[in-house]
Amino acid sequence: MTTGGWITMILSVGFVTTLFLFCIIKVLRGPAANRKHELGHVEPIEEDKIDQR
Amino acid sequence: MIAYFISLLLIGIPICWVEWTIGRHGGKYNFHSTSGIFDFILSKPWAKYLGVIGFIVPVCIYMYYVYIEAWCLGYAVNAMSGNLSGPGVNFQEFFGTFTGASADGVALKFGFKEVGIFVIIVYFLNFFFIYRGISKGIELVCKYAMPALIFIALIILVRVMTLGTPDPMKPDQNIMTGLGYLWNPGAVAVMDTAGVEVARYPDAAAIPAQYQNDAFTQKNLDLWLSLMNPQLWLAAAGQIFFSLSIGFGVIITYASYLKKEDDVVLSGLTASAANEFCEVGLGGLITVPAAFMFLGAAGIVGQGTFGLGFNVLPEVFAYMPGGQIFASIFFLLLFLAAITSSLSMLQPGIAFLEEGLEISRKQSCALLGFVTGVGTLFIWYFSKDLKALDTIDFWVGTVMLFIQATILVIIFGWGLGIKKGWKIAHEGAEMRIPNIFKVIIKYVTPAFLLTIFGMFLLQNVFGWNYSFSDAQFNPTGYVRDLIGSEDTPPNMVSRLSVAWIIIMTIFSLILVNLAGKNWERRKLNQKKEASL
Repeated sequence: MTTGGWITMILSVGFVTTLFLFCIIKVLRGPAANRKHELGHVEPIEEDKIDQR
Repeated sequence: MIAYFISLLLIGIPICWVEWTIGRHGGKYNFHSTSGIFDFILSKPWAKYLGVIGFIVPVCIYMYYVYIEAWCLGYAVNAMSGNLSGPGVNFQEFFGTFTGASADGVALKFGFKEVGIFVIIVYFLNFFFIYRGISKGIELVCKYAMPALIFIALIILVRVMTLGTPDPMKPDQNIMTGLGYLWNPGAVAVMDTAGVEVARYPDAAAIPAQYQNDAFTQKNLDLWLSLMNPQLWLAAAGQIFFSLSIGFGVIITYASYLKKEDDVVLSGLTASAANEFCEVGLGGLITVPAAFMFLGAAGIVGQGTFGLGFNVLPEVFAYMPGGQIFASIFFLLLFLAAITSSLSMLQPGIAFLEEGLEISRKQSCALLGFVTGVGTLFIWYFSKDLKALDTIDFWVGTVMLFIQATILVIIFGWGLGIKKGWKIAHEGAEMRIPNIFKVIIKYVTPAFLLTIFGMFLLQNVFGWNYSFSDAQFNPTGYVRDLIGSEDTPPNMVSRLSVAWIIIMTIFSLILVNLAGKNWERRKLNQKKEASL
């Protein structure tokens, strides 16, 4: 692999990995992480109400 | 990679934000389908018809995607049972027999070395999960399948990176040259007399003596020359569309289930980043370098996605120590990735039928199950050379995606208005989209998409040679299949496939028309409630 290849790989993989980790950390540390995520506002979430979804 | 990342920044991430914002905005007013949301945002009688592609694309792609998903499950089962690791397996032949690529109708068999049983399993599995609803179906599958997918991919990545030089007789094919094949920005390819690439080196000086004779020619793969090639930009944009699922109508529907206080800016960016990490960070480091190490440049060149995934990689695993285990987990990984995608393709259709025709989830599942079942059966039966699959993939999975993505970004930037759109996007958002994206979304992305789509039509449909002085138009295979040429008659399966797309489009337009009446009534009720 050439120097150009190393640079391209490190920049590309580094960019997507950093962006991914940044986003995941933001999501997990943000206020939404403590919120309940059930979809009760969209569909009945109880198992016995499956026919009403 | 340069074209890929420019496409990601100018098309991928902006359209992701656009879809998330438009979807969440429509969902706030209880609209969950692309047609319903367009009708609500633009408030014009014709607007709902613009969203029809948001129904056709996921439904039609699902019809052949479920067939490919069945290959993944079938390959995982065959790898586990040792059918892919025995001595002397001809993987091309196995693929042909498994998928029925030799003749129409031969894939309708139900042995473990044929696709039939897996199509049935996968088909019912999808509808089982979709019937269970969003939280207990799609969400449940994704919650476990996606982390499992990343975990399995990391295991395979470590294995590939530690392979060193798998065959001491071929010292040129090692992990470093494999990575170089993928990542080196410029290179010199060695071609044989038939014009097939047999090896690739960083520069002409590195080419060994065995390739320095009349039997071989050299082709300079210069970075700047590559960037001037329209085909590269088309491929990069197409890849971004498919990997981020933009223009499918899927993100709009998913985002419509969010609450007002949910952060669509961070969600959109996280979805894009997760996709890119899996594609560039994991997929890019596994597939091509591994294939190069075992098969060399000649083994990779000319292989499309299916060739690489189902012919080349099983061969790679067969050479690899512990190959049976790695092949099993790799195809299981592909299956997990595929099922999360196919479920996402069903949901826009279900949402549209439920809200537009005001029918229950059970009835929507039954109607969609019937329509997609007929489509899948069509693709499954006409399996020769995978012609039906390939034709529908081109006209729906490529052409319609471009159109839908362009419509979306124009509606956001010009229909909804960039100021209003920006305000809606930042409701509940913790982070802000850089202001430069206002200009990008309003002007650059539509111009970029229209330019690429124009080039795509000129090159892939009309076959223009990009010459003004000696202009020639040689329609590419997809168009020639439909109209025929002096030497060959039109292809019947291609024509039937396009006829099927037209039938689906008419059927969808009728449904949108019926749904429009319900949406009008609902909008009137909402206005009445607001005035009280």
